[in-house]
Amino acid sequence: MEELHNKAKELLSSGAVKVVMGYGKGTGESRRPIFVRMAERASDLVVDSGCTQNLATYLTKAEVCALGRMAIVAIPSTLRSILQLAAEKQLREENVIALAVIDGQLRELATFDAIEQAVATIPDAISEADRTMIDKLVAMSVAERRAFWAAELNRCVKCYACRSSCPMCYCERCTMDCNRPQWIPVASHAIGNIEYHMVRAMHLAGRCVECGTCGKACPIGIPVHLLTFFAEDSVRRQFGQKGGASAKLDYAMSTFKPDDKEEFIR
Amino acid sequence: MQDDKNIYKPYLMKIAAITDEAPGVRTFRLEFADPKEGEAFTFTTGQFGLYSAFGEGESTFCIASSPTRKGYIECTFRETGRVTSSLADKDVGDVIGFRGPYGNVFPLDKWKGKSLIFVAGGIALPPLRSVIWNCLDLRDWFKDITVVYGARSVGDLVYKNELEDWGKRTDMKLVVTVDPGGERPGWTGKVGFVPHIIEQLSPPAANTVAIVCGPPIMIKLTLPVLAKLGFGKNEIYTTLENRMKCGLGKCGRCNTGKSYVCKDGPVYTLAELEQLPAEY
Amino acid sequence: MSDKYIVSETVLGALIDAAARSGRRILGPKAVAERIEITEIKTASELANSGQSTVSAKGTVFPKVERLLRYRFEGKNVALEDVEPQVQPTVLFGIRPCEARAFHALDVVFNWDYKDKFFNTRLANTTVVAMSCTQADDSCFCTSVGSRPDDTAGSDILLSTLKAGGFVAEVLTDKGKALVALAKDAFQPLTGDAGLVPPATVAPAFDAKVLQQKLAAKFDSPLWAEQSLRCLGCGACAFVCPTCVCFDIQDEADTRQGQRLRAWDSCGMRMFTLHASGHNPRDKQSQRWRQRVYHKFAYYPERFATLGCVGCGKCSRACPVDMNLKQHLVEAAE
Repeated sequence: MEELHNKAKELLSSGAVKVVMGYGKGTGESRRPIFVRMAERASDLVVDSGCTQNLATYLTKAEVCALGRMAIVAIPSTLRSILQLAAEKQLREENVIALAVIDGQLRELATFDAIEQAVATIPDAISEADRTMIDKLVAMSVAERRAFWAAELNRCVKCYACRSSCPMCYCERCTMDCNRPQWIPVASHAIGNIEYHMVRAMHLAGRCVECGTCGKACPIGIPVHLLTFFAEDSVRRQFGQKGGASAKLDYAMSTFKPDDKEEFIR
Repeated sequence: MQDDKNIYKPYLMKIAAITDEAPGVRTFRLEFADPKEGEAFTFTTGQFGLYSAFGEGESTFCIASSPTRKGYIECTFRETGRVTSSLADKDVGDVIGFRGPYGNVFPLDKWKGKSLIFVAGGIALPPLRSVIWNCLDLRDWFKDITVVYGARSVGDLVYKNELEDWGKRTDMKLVVTVDPGGERPGWTGKVGFVPHIIEQLSPPAANTVAIVCGPPIMIKLTLPVLAKLGFGKNEIYTTLENRMKCGLGKCGRCNTGKSYVCKDGPVYTLAELEQLPAEY
Repeated sequence: MSDKYIVSETVLGALIDAAARSGRRILGPKAVAERIEITEIKTASELANSGQSTVSAKGTVFPKVERLLRYRFEGKNVALEDVEPQVQPTVLFGIRPCEARAFHALDVVFNWDYKDKFFNTRLANTTVVAMSCTQADDSCFCTSVGSRPDDTAGSDILLSTLKAGGFVAEVLTDKGKALVALAKDAFQPLTGDAGLVPPATVAPAFDAKVLQQKLAAKFDSPLWAEQSLRCLGCGACAFVCPTCVCFDIQDEADTRQGQRLRAWDSCGMRMFTLHASGHNPRDKQSQRWRQRVYHKFAYYPERFATLGCVGCGKCSRACPVDMNLKQHLVEAAE
């Protein structure tokens, strides 16, 4: 942690970055996103097992970008998000420095290549609890699964905490916001909820870095991240591509390769 | 107000006549589908309503006709989004919805014995048309009545029929202007931005009320001109627009400062407006 | 004047049974997985022992989706169908005093000049049996906004825990009396001192009147941009909040028929104030955050003589980025 503080102090006092985004102490034992702009406040930054939220969503937030060149304390999923954002031309390499803590060591990663190399060494980590839930869902019949999601999504209130906390949901005009035509009903009734989450999972297929931040953000406790995990897993199995693996990825859903499997065409 | 009445339920209105005012701008003359409702309906100038395109939603427009004219109400709108596009597609005889009248009123009582100067720009003449006609129908309440109206070009002027009528009247003064470059061969009106025209006109401020409505830029440049001419902040009136859904002070959308535009407005004096944050 | 009774958990169970037999729906905060939800309960023992529900009970009187109108297209004509709110008499059992108090903040808006029959019908059919708090957490601040862990405002019956087990039930209204009458014989009138577990200690964090005054001068302060830097602009805070009342109206239709629905909305969302022209009076998140604070703590007291907040802390707990309202307000009141 001291290494991080020193690095942050150095970056800020030298003017190399205008803001270091990271985690700070929150209410009780929680952690919250903080934006350190003064070198003397670098010691506010915390790095521990409580830092699980993917902060990459702030990399495309106007008010944060307006602060200037950024350094971001990056957990593995944040590194993957940076690569995915880069692949989608949403980030310039010169605007962001990743401060990654890998195996207890602080690493300053200033290029997408460096991030890509670092990410390649980090194993995927879907949590135990999520793995159990996924196995349970996979074991269900289609009817059981449909009933499960219908029950869960019925509780959704369309607060969009999931969308807002997701680094890949950066569209200034989301499909949900379009009213000509109104693709998806606004109200949070059963069909309005199911359609929203289906569309979101489809829009994240091939782009999701499986950070689980959407599921954690949901105030109702709906495991929405499992929907996007499934979509992502589908793309990986069918097209051999993983979201956030490289800064030079093609979007799987709009790229045709001659050896694409087309088992759904019979 | 009955407690079991559904406050969100609109009147059904038949489109009796459609006038194409300018590109994208139409006026509907609406009659109540239930004549009994039409007879019972009253409103005061300044008030607005929420007009339904069933299936698409509701939009807020002022009631552009005068309360002195019975049997119908009128609204003028520009085709902009989902609801107005649907309304623009409708024909004479189609049924739309109307909820109202909502909001506060132009205080004509307070203006008795004074001169009035109306200043409007572009699509903002409709909110003032109701009060202009109301004042003309009560002509002997007021001293001089002047209307200054400007639009980007001759084609953008709305209420072209009205403008002809008003121009012919001897009990009021009408000044119509278009922005430089907006004139056509044969144009006999003025050429110049509305604030400049007001400056040229130099209307006396004594015992006069100014009612101003226009795009933000026109308002921004006109108000200092009026101030220089001596108009006080309590003598300048405007009518605001803000995004609305319920029109009843409940949904919170139009809330600006401690004011709800649908309840405390849409009519404000400049003095009242300056108390509010510029969030409209 | 309120009547006080001693009731055991068994008696409460009998009351719940009697209420259910009378056709009432009983809803209460119940532990479900790691959360507390307001859901159907059958016995008092199902109630969560401590803590509060994530989402407030406001959905009972102001549901997340409400049908306002139906219509049919008939050629050029439209046939309107008025809608009556489908309401089952409900008992809210075991919600917190802060949540009970919140119904008033909804009432002043839904009955401001125009009376909303949907809200009023639902409220008239809801009996509130609140449970006073013996514990609180870092997000609670009821005592800063004129309330207390054993506040009676908004309750028809207030339950308080006895040291020796069981509860004191304070019956405050006719609705409360009507509920008690269903199991009257089981209610022992309280005589003498009860031996209550002391209510939770919630040290006041700020003075709401001081805050209101300070806000008057802070409209253009850089504080709002600073506080809202991490705000994501979602609706989590507004939707879990028991006093938030902002809503949207949406039409959903096909070529033959349609309906007009009311749905929860939030002033924190960018599209809330967006004009069709593209102009947005509150285009920046800092303006929207400021609006949230001012609406609840400055405009509400000025217009409705009540605060738009009951200090329950649900917003802070639900916020994905820990926008702790109490902390923000303490800062704003400095």
